[in-house]
Amino acid sequence: MSERIAMLREIQELEFTAIDLNLFLDTHPMDQAALRDYYAVRDRLLAARKCYEETYGPLTAAGFTPAVCPWQWIESPWPWEIEYQ
Amino acid sequence: MWMYEKKLEYPVRVFKTDIGMAKYLLAQYGGPDSELSAAVRYLTQRYTMPTNKAKGLLTDIGTEELAHWEIVGTMIYKLVKGVPAQQLREAGLGAYFAEHDRAVYPADAAGVPWTAAYIQSQGDPVADLHEDLAAEQKARATYERLIQLTNDPGVKDTLRFLREREVVHFQRFGEALNDVQAVLDSKKFF
Repeated sequence: MSERIAMLREIQELEFTAIDLNLFLDTHPMDQAALRDYYAVRDRLLAARKCYEETYGPLTAAGFTPAVCPWQWIESPWPWEIEYQ
Repeated sequence: MWMYEKKLEYPVRVFKTDIGMAKYLLAQYGGPDSELSAAVRYLTQRYTMPTNKAKGLLTDIGTEELAHWEIVGTMIYKLVKGVPAQQLREAGLGAYFAEHDRAVYPADAAGVPWTAAYIQSQGDPVADLHEDLAAEQKARATYERLIQLTNDPGVKDTLRFLREREVVHFQRFGEALNDVQAVLDSKKFF
């Protein structure tokens, strides 16, 4: 597995954890343990995304990608073109 | 508003093209209980929800369903990538190819185009949340049948992830419904 795919997998795992906790907190907004877990994973996700975007280009247009020419957002790969194996 | 993230929520690995499986997966791309129906249903119903919990949950699950729609579309795209027209015809996708080539189009496994008639928005939170609970169970059952239809370990893995999400969404909708009913009951005076 390439370094790029490995980093992307890590971001997918962190973001999935954040999504699942987000839904749980929608119906349990006072749950202290879930709140702690959410903000901990949120911090790790932001750090991982910053590291990825500085190295490989944008995951979001308004992310951490360095201000360079040409416009990096339209560069490949697009999500449906990535080979994970 | 929405901002796009240039990544899938979960990886899609397809080890081998499989035209038949691409056809069956259309059930979850443009069928009655598809990810598209789920996203449009929840993102439409949320406006008239009486509680912040339900407004938040429908917004967030509706958004996740769009990510699942993208995952199913990616599977279909990869399963028919580069397959010759004659093979598509032999595997039952001749009519699909005539109209769409290898493009990903929101129709069901039998070719019926997606329609908003698959969903409801009643403005009654109890009725709407019950529809959502049923929708999650129908999608779970569909994923269980789709898992039986493939031997590709990559496709099976992604389908298992999607099936599990239906179970979690069902659980969260149940909690939101209980909360809505408690709030509505507390407002009744006779």
